[in-house]
Amino acid sequence: MTGVKTIYLDNAATSWPKPEAVYRAMDDFMRRTGASPGRSGHRLSIEAGRVAYDTREALAMLFGVRDPTRIVFTANATEALNVVIRGMLHPGDHVITSGMEHNSVMRPLRAAEQAGVRVTVVPYQPAGTLQAGGVERAIGEDTRLIVLSHASNVAGNLLPIAEAGLIARKRGVTFLVDAAQTAGCCAINVEAMNIDVLAFSGHKGLYGPQGTGGLYIRQGMESRIRPLKHGGTGSRSESEYQPEFLPDKYESGTPNTVGLAGLCAGVRFVLEQGGAIQRRERELAAALLQGLGGIPGVVVHGQNSAEGRIAVISFNISGLTPSEVSMGLEEHGILCRPGLHCSPAAHRTLGTFPQGTARLSPGYFTSDEDIEAALQAVREIAARGAGG
Amino acid sequence: MERAQHGVVLFYSMSHALWAEKLFKGTGIPVKLIPVPRQLSSDCGICLRFDQPDEPRVRDILDRKQIEIQGIHPI
Repeated sequence: MTGVKTIYLDNAATSWPKPEAVYRAMDDFMRRTGASPGRSGHRLSIEAGRVAYDTREALAMLFGVRDPTRIVFTANATEALNVVIRGMLHPGDHVITSGMEHNSVMRPLRAAEQAGVRVTVVPYQPAGTLQAGGVERAIGEDTRLIVLSHASNVAGNLLPIAEAGLIARKRGVTFLVDAAQTAGCCAINVEAMNIDVLAFSGHKGLYGPQGTGGLYIRQGMESRIRPLKHGGTGSRSESEYQPEFLPDKYESGTPNTVGLAGLCAGVRFVLEQGGAIQRRERELAAALLQGLGGIPGVVVHGQNSAEGRIAVISFNISGLTPSEVSMGLEEHGILCRPGLHCSPAAHRTLGTFPQGTARLSPGYFTSDEDIEAALQAVREIAARGAGG
Repeated sequence: MERAQHGVVLFYSMSHALWAEKLFKGTGIPVKLIPVPRQLSSDCGICLRFDQPDEPRVRDILDRKQIEIQGIHPI
């Protein structure tokens, strides 16, 4: 493998590399600040608190949120989704989701189902409006929550979030969006999209480190969502009961402040780039789709256009398993992710269960040459596969 | 009676205190985050100190920006 350039096409799992400012912010925090935020009144504690606050403010700006204290931090999008799903559903409640969800949604929902919650999985339809209609038809008297991912982590297709948000608001049902794959890559405005609760990961399109993520929670929603964790918040210390106000209600224990320092730099980077990230990722997706489409034996799963999707592309090569494709790519220095991507529901929808797919996910820092090298490698593997 | 030279704004959380601090820095009103004085009790360990004559402007800005506060006290 010596001499082979590493081409990282697994940005849908964790974006890498990060903007330089992210590395600097984390190093700087560890060396110069280091303290616990919100626990003491001293200079370094306040400075650490500012790091967390600045991160909330940057995220609030990105998501169109007026009040930065509505942003709550968690370890990742999975924890964020668990806070909401486990914190607001009771036996007898009904919840609606789609056939394109990640296990970070499906597993907490299936666990809730075992405890007496009714779960409706609306089959995924390629045409977005059909799917929103399916969500609307599934709403009943006892429907408490609609949870949808903004985009599939397997096929990259966007779900009709704005349409579903309108329906949820009209019918008075809480709308939770899993933006793990889209925060930072796609424009999200929680007001315009009628999103009540937004779960995001920090280590993907927001360019923060692993171990960061969080929630936006609309004003008033917190009275309906129990916290997952109880404990010290640095506030209301005389009380042995959890505070009811945000963000403290959901942020017990010393936070990952060094991670937030990195996340803050990452979100500021995203804000500075404006729409350039989405435009670039669309170019990369278009180049991959066009290239893959012309290789005999390659099948791309999900929609074939660069519109209405993010730069996450799943494919198979006839006669080869996804793992064989992935190992073949790695021989060319190309790192991708084969298998089921923690999303058996999405693979069932796509007809790729249980074998899965090979997934390529370029990022903002992927070059045109990287894409061409990946396509050339797929051509060689496909030719070899067909020949062998 | 001796007049207080400073006042403090008490908040529910440090996030609110830091939000307010940032806002005031943009307006030129001198403020400083300090630990909550012992004689006061607050949900949050720090509070925002301001010069007493600025109190009307401080109240006005907090009100306009809809930042929830626990109270304002002279110290």
